[in-house]
Amino acid sequence: MTEKVVKRFDEALAVDEVSLSIEQGEIFALLGSSGCGKSTLLRMLAGFEKPSSGRILLGGLDVAQMPPYERPINMMFQSYALFPHLDIWENVAFGLKREGCPKDELKRRVGEMLDLVQLGDYARRKPHQLSGGQQQRVALARSLAKRPKLLLLDEPLGALDKKLREQTQFELVNIIEKVGVTCVMVTHDQEEAMIMARRIAVMSKGRVLQVGAPQDIYEFPVNRFVADFIGNVNLFDGRLSVDEIDHCAVQTEIGEIRVGHGVSGSLQMPVAVAVRPEKIEISKTRPSGVDCNLFSGRVKEIAYFGAYNSFLVQASNGQKIKITEPNTTRHDLSDITWEDEVYFWWSNRAGVVLRD
Amino acid sequence: MPGRRFVIGVPYAWLLIFFLLPFLILLYISFVDMGNEVHPFQPLWDSERGVLLLKFENYWSIFRTGPDGALFQTLYVESYLRSIAYALITALLCLVIGYPFAYFIARSAPETRLILLMMLMLPFWTSFMLRVFAWKGILSDFGVVNQFLIWVGLTDEPLRLLYTDFSMLIGMVYVYLPFMVLPLYANLVKMDFRLLEAAYDLGASPFKAFWLITVPLSKPGIIAGMMLVFIPSMGEFVVPSLLGGADNIMIGRVVWDEMFIANNWPRAAALAVLMLVLIMVPMMLYFRYGVRDSAGGR
Amino acid sequence: MKSNWLNKHLGKVWLALVFLFLYAPLAFMILFSFNSTRQHAVFTGFSWRWYEALLADTRIVEGFFVSLQVAFVTGLLAAVLGTFCAFVLVRYQRFWGRTVFSGMATAPMVMPEVIIGLSLLLLMVGAQNVFGGPERGLITIIIGHTLFGMAFAMVVVQSRLQEVDRSIEEAAMDLGARPHQVFFLVTLPNIAPAILAAFLLSFTLSFDDVVITLFLSGPGVSTLPQVIFNYAVRGINPTIYAAATLLILTVTLFVVSYALWVARSTRKRQREMAQALRGGT
Repeated sequence: MTEKVVKRFDEALAVDEVSLSIEQGEIFALLGSSGCGKSTLLRMLAGFEKPSSGRILLGGLDVAQMPPYERPINMMFQSYALFPHLDIWENVAFGLKREGCPKDELKRRVGEMLDLVQLGDYARRKPHQLSGGQQQRVALARSLAKRPKLLLLDEPLGALDKKLREQTQFELVNIIEKVGVTCVMVTHDQEEAMIMARRIAVMSKGRVLQVGAPQDIYEFPVNRFVADFIGNVNLFDGRLSVDEIDHCAVQTEIGEIRVGHGVSGSLQMPVAVAVRPEKIEISKTRPSGVDCNLFSGRVKEIAYFGAYNSFLVQASNGQKIKITEPNTTRHDLSDITWEDEVYFWWSNRAGVVLRD
Repeated sequence: MPGRRFVIGVPYAWLLIFFLLPFLILLYISFVDMGNEVHPFQPLWDSERGVLLLKFENYWSIFRTGPDGALFQTLYVESYLRSIAYALITALLCLVIGYPFAYFIARSAPETRLILLMMLMLPFWTSFMLRVFAWKGILSDFGVVNQFLIWVGLTDEPLRLLYTDFSMLIGMVYVYLPFMVLPLYANLVKMDFRLLEAAYDLGASPFKAFWLITVPLSKPGIIAGMMLVFIPSMGEFVVPSLLGGADNIMIGRVVWDEMFIANNWPRAAALAVLMLVLIMVPMMLYFRYGVRDSAGGR
Repeated sequence: MKSNWLNKHLGKVWLALVFLFLYAPLAFMILFSFNSTRQHAVFTGFSWRWYEALLADTRIVEGFFVSLQVAFVTGLLAAVLGTFCAFVLVRYQRFWGRTVFSGMATAPMVMPEVIIGLSLLLLMVGAQNVFGGPERGLITIIIGHTLFGMAFAMVVVQSRLQEVDRSIEEAAMDLGARPHQVFFLVTLPNIAPAILAAFLLSFTLSFDDVVITLFLSGPGVSTLPQVIFNYAVRGINPTIYAAATLLILTVTLFVVSYALWVARSTRKRQREMAQALRGGT
């Protein structure tokens, strides 16, 4: 299942030459903030928008110009879009009826779907008689009823509150994997994407910036935008001072930073080093045995997040560095307080060099 | 989608045939010459001489009594002016009576609102003719009002209430009040009353807040309502016929008389076209404000 | 809180006064329809005579049935055409002559009826000259009524159509429904109440219409308002009051039962939704 060069004009380029290849059976996420083009892309897959140019290949067949009712693709809408005048059973059966599915098989398959989402008892209720979570399950059942080759999810967890979201995330993934359908989901919530998808495409301004497994994107962002978009990150600008195959060093305003991987570039090239806050350690006493990436600064802000502490430390050049430490015991790191002079450091395998 | 053309085409065709075409014919007729018994009008195109026979006289005769007559002295001009005046007064009266009415309904609790609206619309659902007719009885020399006044001692003889400006206006306001209240209500009910609370918080008195906030925000509703009353009441026919006298003839009646009594179709058409021209501007105002009405928020 | 007191009571007083003004004629007619004499200021005694006269008056009874027929057909036509118009204006944002279309569709609501009546009459006469028909009568009246009924019907359906979530139509397409199936299986059921309301509105407007009817009717065909109008210009006739009372009672019955039905089904719906929230995830 692939999807190639897809371009679209509205007044501007909503989707700018996107080429993606999605594998059978995987859950693939399109991640980005609003306006980045992910929803447009999804709608093109569904058939509600026609690409200005490019192809969409589904199992070798180009469906780009096909109307939505002819495609073997089904979508679960963000608002669920359940038919308010039909009961749950009819909602799920709708697609199968359009296909001309014979009565007995229809009954069997609808029953199957309802059992899959555990709503068999509610078959005769109308949508407004169900809670939000139940409605979502109906929407899912309805979109899977026709056994589509591709399932599209539009901000699947957007309408749910936090607690419900966590629970539903895993349930959704379970059902989708159980059915074994290929799935493309769209979301602006990175947690959602990281938890549910096997691979993620980060999008901005109509372009795909990076595609990869959640780990790869998090640990090895390809540029500043991606690094900053996913989670939190500290960025140190500087120039490449050492460049070897397996390690390099960057000269920055706070000092030299050593990074444990090579960079294909030239010396004195302007680069940035990205270091995630959880990879930085902090202490009031100078640590021993640390041979690189050790700096000092003054604590400007502290925040307690229950599971971890967050510090904002001002370094020698004025830059504010974000550091988080997990709360491993019931004592918080209370010996560090505002205006303390602290040391912070990280291993040479913690940072990533970014070129733009 | 091929179906699209059908869906747009059907109502479009209907409107073109039954709305646009009649107006074109109206325009056409207004320029022809009055005819004889067999044909109500002469043809426009003289095929023998190949000339367009435009009879502008149809229009001129509206404005002056004869080729040398004084301008704007005709009965027609009088009735136009009178019609505009009545329509304007009706609209203003409806506004004065209807605005507080709409306001208080909009401010009521949601359940009562529906009941109040139903109560407003119920008389509307019963024949408007009958209700105007009832006023005839109420205001007549032997009617309830006069009997009451005599009984109370305010007057010895029955007052001439019927067939006057007074009875006309009562009838007009009576008929057109819902047309003012509904757009106003639609506008006021969507208004965010928290804006008023913010004003109170900043020190404005309720009276001031009303004039500085509520009224300006309901401007679209006011204009829509005014137009919805003014425009049709200009051409009102029934009320003047039943409740008005010989002095209160409005242009609607004039067109009718010209058409069916004087049998002068071209001039009737010209009168109608002129009426159309007069309501052009108010109609555009209506389209601008009546189609979208939102007030302060949501 | 002086202003609050004023507010509270001023509102009720104003509402009461205006309602008094609105209902006075109705009350008057109901009362005097039972009057034993022709008097319309003093109630001389209770009597059914005007109701008897009403039933005996063939013109009124005939007029009633004519109006019923005309109003029914008009209601249907106007509701259908109005739905078309509403659909076109809401769903199709761009097409040739859209503003003209929109203007033509809504103008009849605002225009003086005299203009509409006159121009339609001219059209009918012209058609008679060219095609030899239709004769002025039922058909011409229906056409005239449908024109402005359609405008009102459109407004009613349009507002409901705009509320309907577009995504359910997309969902239907996504599940394999072709555009016409989407309309009949999904859109229509969801706007049905509005279409019904549009029908009722056009029905009432048609039943009640005087001016356009006067312009477009022919010999031998009279609608009820026409009959009443002809009586009315001549003077007071309590038989009319009897007709009015019956009409008022019928309408009140319909309105009240409709209101009760709406209130009941909203309460039911609210209860169900509350139950669902409590019931589970």
